[in-house]
Amino acid sequence: MYALVDGNNFYVSCERIFRPSLNACPVIVLSNNDGCAIARSNEAKALGVAMGAPWFKVQHLQESAGLVALSANFTLYGDISQRMMTIASGLGPRQEIYSIDESFVELQGVRGNLIQRSHTMRERILQWIGVPTCIGIGATKTLAKLANHIAKTAERKPGLYPIELAQVCNLESLSAGELKDVFQRTDVSEVWGVGRRIHAQLKASGIESVWDLRESSTSALRARFGVVMERTIRELQGHACIDLEEVPAHKKEIACTRSFGQAVVSLEPLVQAVSEFASRAAEKLRRQHSQASQVLVFIRTSPFRSGPQYSQSVTLPLLRPSADTSTLVQTAVLGLRLIYQGGFSFAKAGVMLMDLSDEGVEQGELSLEDERLEQAKPAHCAQLMQTLDRLNQRYGRGTLSVASSGITTRHKIWSMRQERLTPRYTTAWADMPIARA
Amino acid sequence: MNSIRPTPTDTPAPRSSSSPGPVETVCPRGKAAPTQEAEWPSGSVPWNAHAYTLAPSTLPLRVVPGKVPAGFPSPAEDFAVKRHDLNELLITHAMATFLWRVSGQSMTEAGIFDGDILVVNRALTPVHKDVVVAEVDGEFTVKYFYKRNGNIKLQPANPTYPEITFKEGQSLRICGVVTSSIKRFRKSAQHLD
Repeated sequence: MYALVDGNNFYVSCERIFRPSLNACPVIVLSNNDGCAIARSNEAKALGVAMGAPWFKVQHLQESAGLVALSANFTLYGDISQRMMTIASGLGPRQEIYSIDESFVELQGVRGNLIQRSHTMRERILQWIGVPTCIGIGATKTLAKLANHIAKTAERKPGLYPIELAQVCNLESLSAGELKDVFQRTDVSEVWGVGRRIHAQLKASGIESVWDLRESSTSALRARFGVVMERTIRELQGHACIDLEEVPAHKKEIACTRSFGQAVVSLEPLVQAVSEFASRAAEKLRRQHSQASQVLVFIRTSPFRSGPQYSQSVTLPLLRPSADTSTLVQTAVLGLRLIYQGGFSFAKAGVMLMDLSDEGVEQGELSLEDERLEQAKPAHCAQLMQTLDRLNQRYGRGTLSVASSGITTRHKIWSMRQERLTPRYTTAWADMPIARA
Repeated sequence: MNSIRPTPTDTPAPRSSSSPGPVETVCPRGKAAPTQEAEWPSGSVPWNAHAYTLAPSTLPLRVVPGKVPAGFPSPAEDFAVKRHDLNELLITHAMATFLWRVSGQSMTEAGIFDGDILVVNRALTPVHKDVVVAEVDGEFTVKYFYKRNGNIKLQPANPTYPEITFKEGQSLRICGVVTSSIKRFRKSAQHLD
């Protein structure tokens, strides 16, 4: 049996911890570059702000309805998330952190009244860190996720589900009749793994509710949608097919891509951006003790703006796998120079490190390179990179960086737009919240 | 008796002008050769200390630092314990603990001054006379929590400031109980705050 603990409107809830004045008003959190809404308070949802709504389309609500929009403060969300996950892990013996605001907890062997325990856990998280949560319980991960959706909806839209399912919903405690009723009231698109396209196809073949899907023929749907769909149906029927992933698998690819705060035309700022993205990706690469064999670079104009469009990418193989920032930056910049063309307003660029392997694994080969160069490299680089990472960790990101990412501390034109950023209340000494005495 | 013979790689050559080139000396255990000792100014490292340097460790609390006589274990070894840790003293619920900075004079009589840092534990339920951080009119305030006969209010320690009382229907939200206040007299790490 599994529980899914999920923070309600998580980013907004994090912002409200240190901004009590936001408690009653509609709040949204905007994506990078203050582009679109990625989290909405219940009040903002009631105003009709859709998930992913572009800021310029809902901006008028600022005046008319007191809507407050904030830039995403991922430093704050990361800390609060870690605290929430640690507290939630007390619910059962094993935990999988599924996303920044969701974690699965296995309930195998947990005794006592699970609903009661879950309510206590909810209250603890609310008191200790100030974030409201909902907890869904089911025999499988798919059912736990569905139960969580029901717990949330029952709280937010009274009348749709029995009110006792609000905040904590344990599908295992329902009778067969109640379960059928709840599943019939729930749209099939709420099932974990049913995306928009599959949803449309299911609907066309008459499968509208969760109940319809659960009662469908697994073999027929497997033939049509593949084994993933069969697994989903079996999970809905209560047969666990998806196990807990306690340790996140190493990433197979590491990317750092970003939209620019302002369009960029010339090559120089692009070199800076690509250098920084490659450095950032290299840092992530070393953190999981991997090395990369290929570097992909892309640049593109904005499809939402008029003017000539251009989008191009290139993948460059490395002579041998590397986790060295200077090698990766050089390669990325070389790639950029290959694909760059003047006369376009670029809106986004990115670097992706691919074909990753564990660090230290090296293919023996007959070297045709200059031997002196050869010997100077690996050991020294590893040490240099370790020093680089430590300095940046200790004195803050950007303390030491490759010069091609720009040496000025003044605002870079390609850097992210974050005009509505709240302080890093819990991680920066200078940003500590103030208590009036 | 074993003797220790320094090798050229791990022994610095004596810097004295009276000894030309490396001198090979055999010394008894735990005792430096008297001729060498005399050539070193007092307070400097004995010439053979280099051979007994402790390996650098990532677990700083495992080893009690001190000079180790050659060949004998440190008498403090069995007493190695954990060093004082301020986190242990100030924080009981790490996940529920947050810091606030004080601004204002209303709590000076309670020893809480402008600029101090409050350690706030949200896991504790406030009782009468606790110092708490509470939300009042969209702002945070630090005050005494007064709770007697169902009467709840926030009291300043400085009597020249007003009490904060609550009317019917008005809600008081306590953020947490202040368990310590940190006052720094000399800021060693300027870049931190």
